[in-house]
Formats: sequence, C-alpha cells, structure tokens
Amino acid sequence: MKSVFVTVGTTSFEELIATARSPPALQALQSRGYQKLVLQVGRGSLPQPSRCSALAVEAFRFKDSLAEDLQSADLVISHAGAGSCLETLEKGKPLIVVINDKLMDNHQLELAKQLHRDGCVLYCDCSTLVETLQSMDLSALKPFPPGQPEKFASFLDKVLGLQ
Amino acid sequence: MHIHIHMHIHIHMHIHAPAGIPASHGSPGSCCSPCPAGPSGSCCPCPAGPERAGSPSRRAYGGIPQLRDAGGGAAGSPSRCITAPRARRAPVTPGATTAPRARGGLNRAGRRMGVAPLPLPRKVAPARMEELPVVVLLLLLLSLLLVPLVFLLKRRRDRRTPPFSLLVVAGSGGHTTEILRLLSCLSESYSPRHYVLADSDKMSEAKIRSFEQKRAETFSESQFSLERIPRSREVRQSWSSSVVTTLYSMLYSLPLTYKLKPDLILCNGPGTCVPVCLSAFLLGLLQIKRTIIVYVESICRVETLSLSGKILYYFSDYFIVQWPDLKKKYPKSVYLGRIV
Repeated sequence: MKSVFVTVGTTSFEELIATARSPPALQALQSRGYQKLVLQVGRGSLPQPSRCSALAVEAFRFKDSLAEDLQSADLVISHAGAGSCLETLEKGKPLIVVINDKLMDNHQLELAKQLHRDGCVLYCDCSTLVETLQSMDLSALKPFPPGQPEKFASFLDKVLGLQ
Repeated sequence: MHIHIHMHIHIHMHIHAPAGIPASHGSPGSCCSPCPAGPSGSCCPCPAGPERAGSPSRRAYGGIPQLRDAGGGAAGSPSRCITAPRARRAPVTPGATTAPRARGGLNRAGRRMGVAPLPLPRKVAPARMEELPVVVLLLLLLSLLLVPLVFLLKRRRDRRTPPFSLLVVAGSGGHTTEILRLLSCLSESYSPRHYVLADSDKMSEAKIRSFEQKRAETFSESQFSLERIPRSREVRQSWSSSVVTTLYSMLYSLPLTYKLKPDLILCNGPGTCVPVCLSAFLLGLLQIKRTIIVYVESICRVETLSLSGKILYYFSDYFIVQWPDLKKKYPKSVYLGRIV
C-alpha cells in the first residue's frame, strides 16, 4: 500500500498536520495512488485516527526511532529539520520539505533551499503544499550523497596530534 | 666607637587646595574654620593676610567662631585662614576680599609661603591633588601590562596525551542526531564522553544511550556520562530574556565544567552550548584548564550562522562550517565539506 509519512520531528507544527489532513491534500494524494497517511505530530495536538476519503489516516507523537516509518513510506513530507531531512534522504526516499514560517528567523529555509538547489528535494510552505502535491514529479529528484563524518574525526585527530 | 646621629627634620608643608574644594573645618592646617563664604567657597589662602586690622588672623587655629559673622566688611574679610603667626601677607586685589569665595578664589600667590614649621600632624600628602588621577592611571596601565606577562610566564606547556575527555553538548532534535554522527567515527582515544543536556530535553537521552550502546560493542573501554543543566534558551524566546536564562545556566555549567575539566568540548549550535563554552573559556583564562572548544555549525546553516555560532565564532578554537558560503563569510572557520 503506497503510503505517505508526514513528520515534524521533535517540534510542533500544527499547520502542516492540518494541511496534510485537509480534504484538498487528501484528494491530491489519493489521485496519486496513495492509500495511507501516517502523521507524526511531535509536540502538536494528536488527531483521532479516521478514514476520510479513502485514505487511512494514522497519527502518533513520538517514537524512539522513525527508521521503520521512513523505510515503509513511499513519500515523505517533512518539516525542515536537519535530522528529519537527512534521515529521509539517506534512505533514498522522495522528500517534500515544508517550511514553518513561524520559526525564529526561519533558518530552516536555508537548508531546504540548498537541498532544492541540489535537486534533492521539493520544497514549499503550508499554503503551497497542496499545489506541490498536485504537480510533483518525484522521479526528477536526485540522490543525496551522504556526509562524511570520517573527515571530522580525521581533523580532530590532527588537532590533537594523534596523526 | 660611638656613632651619634643627629637628625633635624624640618617639615615644610605646602598645602594647595584647588579652587572650589572646601578644606575641612577647624582642623589644624586647614584654612577654613568655618568657611565664611559658604560651603562652595574655597578657603585657602587667606587673602586678607594675617595683619589685617581686626582680622581674625591672630587667633589660634581651629575654630574661629567670630568668622561666622564676618560676612563682609572691612574687618570681616573672608579671612578664613588658620593663620599662624608670621604668616606673610598675601597680595590681594581690592575686590577679592569681599567677594564670596567661589571657585577660583585663590589669589595669585596661592600658597602660604614661608610658614614656619607647625606642630601639625601630617594630614595631607604632599602630592598635588590634580596629579592623583594621573598616578592612578599609570598604576592601572602598569598592572595591565604586568598581568598578561604573569600569565605568559606561568603558562604550562599542556602536553596532551590520549585518552582525551570529551564534553559533548546535546541539543534538542536534529542537534543531537548531528552531533552523534560527528562522534560516530571517533577512535577510542576520545573517552570518556560527557554529554550535557538541557533539563527539558526529553528525546536526546534515548538517542545518546542507543549510540553509546552500539559503541560499546566495538570499544570495550567505552565510558560516558549524562549531565543536565537548565536550558539556556527555549525556541522563540526573546533576546533579552535569553541573556538572563543563559547567565542562569552558567551557574550550573561553570561548576560542571570545572568538575569535568574536559580536554575537548564539542557542540553544534543549541543554546545550551553557549553557557558551557563560555564556562570553559573562562576556566581557560583563569589558567584552571585549557579546553579545546570545537564548534561545528549545523548542516542547516547554509548562508547564515545561528545565534550560538555568531557568539562562539569568537570563543571557539575551531569553528567548522559545512557549506562554502559560510566559509567565505567567516574566513576564520574551517570547511571540511558535509560531515554529518
């Protein structure tokens, strides 16, 4: 069953959850063949599970690890948190990043823009999410090369004279 | 062999009271007792001169009640001098004596010259009062120059040998994920690892424990600890209240850093890292422990630095950025590419 996973990480992002559950969004998803919507709501309010317009909707707050949910998703809609984005991209899942413009100086926008520039994600805000869902072309997304923490370890070793 | 030493010490005191400064009343060596010109008048020197008719100059020093009603008039010239016998008449301009002793009431002579040694306790140092600020300033400058010298001389050659204790600042959400990735490739020389968390952080502990558990599978000597301090700033908290809460956090981070004395601090941007790093910086200044502060700006920061980054850019030993734009804007930073 094609499923969509919506995640807000450890934050509260009521607007995204509300938009994702809204009839236009559900319709757009349904027309793309998705049958299940899983909402990870973080610190926000927890909606009741329901079956609206042929999509099964589930919701939960937190899990120790989102790896399973990410793995079983066919599309991920995420807030612009680094952890959420990186985990998703590393699993090779198509990602739509949604900016929360209520955040302090909205620094999250920088990462979303950069990833978009690199062609790895689609990005939008809550008001344009439905539009994005309707017009998205996920096959055009490029794979995201992983970071290299070994470079950091090597740098520290040099600093401390271990190399 | 007998040695007799005879010493004659003559103390000539020249007391200069700058204009406008009232001398004390009724005390030996002072001019005014009391100052008939009022509190704002300057008292010295005695302009009328001691020989002036009717002047109180012949009175003993210390308390000349008659002066109080000598507010003017020929005899009552504001001669508030504690005069001594044989005081030389000071040159006086006609109008000066009757004028109230305001600032600049000193006459030209400005001194009581030729005063015979008075049996006065030494009350005023011979330095000019105008010179005092200059002397103080010179002392300050000297001490400023000496202090860094002392530190340089005392500087111990910190010979660092493994294992290196690590203080890791774990923030909320993605910060913890990122920092654990940074730690993922570190060798066993980086031990023990002390994780500092904000007390309101609920998620990071689980992530840290699972990371350390995995690490213990590879490195048997793996040691770590978890420490909590008050959160220095909540997301969306105002700037001004953030200063207060950060200072409050320092009341915890300072003793903690002092207790742990880590060789290395690693942080990546949550507000919690500011009090921790500043504490380590302070301990370094005080020569208690020289910790290497390594700051890695979050991968989220592509074009601008976080608030923590902007502050710690000046306090960290190594400031690492993950995007080339930041390296251009902050030339002292280190760019290693994407490392998380």
